Amino acid sequence: MYGNDIPEQPGTAGLLDEVAAAERDLAGRDHDASADPTAYFDAVIAADGKIEPRDEMPEAYRKGLIRQIAQHAHSEIIGMQPEGNWISRAPSLKRKAILLAKVQDEAGHGLYLYAAAETLGIDRAELYRLLLAGKQKYSSIFNYPTLTWADVGAVGWLVDGAAIVNQVPLCRCSYGPYARAMIRICKEESFHQRQGYEILYTLATGTPEQKAMAQDAVDRWWYPSLAMFGPPDTDSTHSAQSMAWKIKRFSNDDLRQKFVDMTVQQAGVLGLVLPDPGLSWNEERGHWDYTQPDYDELFTVIKGDGPCNRERMAHRQAAWDDGAWVREAAMAYAEKKKVTT
Amino acid sequence: MTAVPLWEVFVRPRRGLSHQHVGSLHAPDATMALRNARDLYTRREEGVSIWVVPAASITASSPEERDAFFDPAADKIYRHPTFYEVPEGAEHI
Repeated sequence: MYGNDIPEQPGTAGLLDEVAAAERDLAGRDHDASADPTAYFDAVIAADGKIEPRDEMPEAYRKGLIRQIAQHAHSEIIGMQPEGNWISRAPSLKRKAILLAKVQDEAGHGLYLYAAAETLGIDRAELYRLLLAGKQKYSSIFNYPTLTWADVGAVGWLVDGAAIVNQVPLCRCSYGPYARAMIRICKEESFHQRQGYEILYTLATGTPEQKAMAQDAVDRWWYPSLAMFGPPDTDSTHSAQSMAWKIKRFSNDDLRQKFVDMTVQQAGVLGLVLPDPGLSWNEERGHWDYTQPDYDELFTVIKGDGPCNRERMAHRQAAWDDGAWVREAAMAYAEKKKVTT
Repeated sequence: MTAVPLWEVFVRPRRGLSHQHVGSLHAPDATMALRNARDLYTRREEGVSIWVVPAASITASSPEERDAFFDPAADKIYRHPTFYEVPEGAEHI
């Protein structure tokens, strides 16, 4: 805790229990089926076992995982930008230290994921190249700007909240290194979500201007957060095979619904309004009815025409170029030491 | 530019436990690998000791040969205490 007494968020604790359960499961499983490699792969998947790096696996499984893990890693790295934007302007030293730690975590998450992707036989340098060449994507959410300090709160609460709902099932993904990276990441994400919630709670219980600022941030981040779960199930291209291989465990729409159900109550505690007049409890379904995000906007942003796409890529390219001399100097020093010792 | 070498990272979570593999990272040399490992894998006091090993130095058994390789142990269940019948009444065994 960071001092303020903030209300407990329902839902998060249950999700963390799922992470712990997935971690325990990893320790208890080993399925060795037969000498035939394809049969081995199918048997491991069928028995809910884990595929490990040097196991035989279908080429489409390997390629699909590289695509997904790389996109996830790129999202963590690009995701440092919208929040990094506020480090030098955080309202207090405490908030600044917390935000620094959070952005450092995002870098760490990116690195865990790049390492997991590399176990599939692709080099990290190649993944960087694909990102900078626009051949691989990152989450569309990071193409939206963080206009005020309240946005840092909304990103933590809504964006990291949506990410947790998306990522907790990945702790049980069939590929071992990805599942292990996700367990680490999910444990760290819950700090991110809580710090965001605390920022919004502090603003929402402050002056009328502060509360208005918090509401404005929630108004702008709500629908982009819903869009993070991807297109509706009817339009999702990668889902069916991904489910069969137990990479993905729940559909986009199921996860989106779960996020809405958790978030409505949390918004109530904040005293903020989710910007959806269609939001209503559906007794029959046992879920909240809600308005779908604008998927045309989602595809526009994915294709490169969101508010900040060009800025994000230009910044990443500059960071890579500006760091070249450091990488070269470090390698030259390592080579020199090798020769002299 | 030369490829930056890959290192495997092992962390001892606390005294009394052995080092465990936690992941990997890239670093130009051993000193940088240790520092990067500290920043990457022990940001929340997850360890009291770290090993970094060049990934290229690890020799691993082959997954394709796992059956033949581990087979010799498969039919020696008498290596487990549960193989033996203990007569009624014997204590502390």
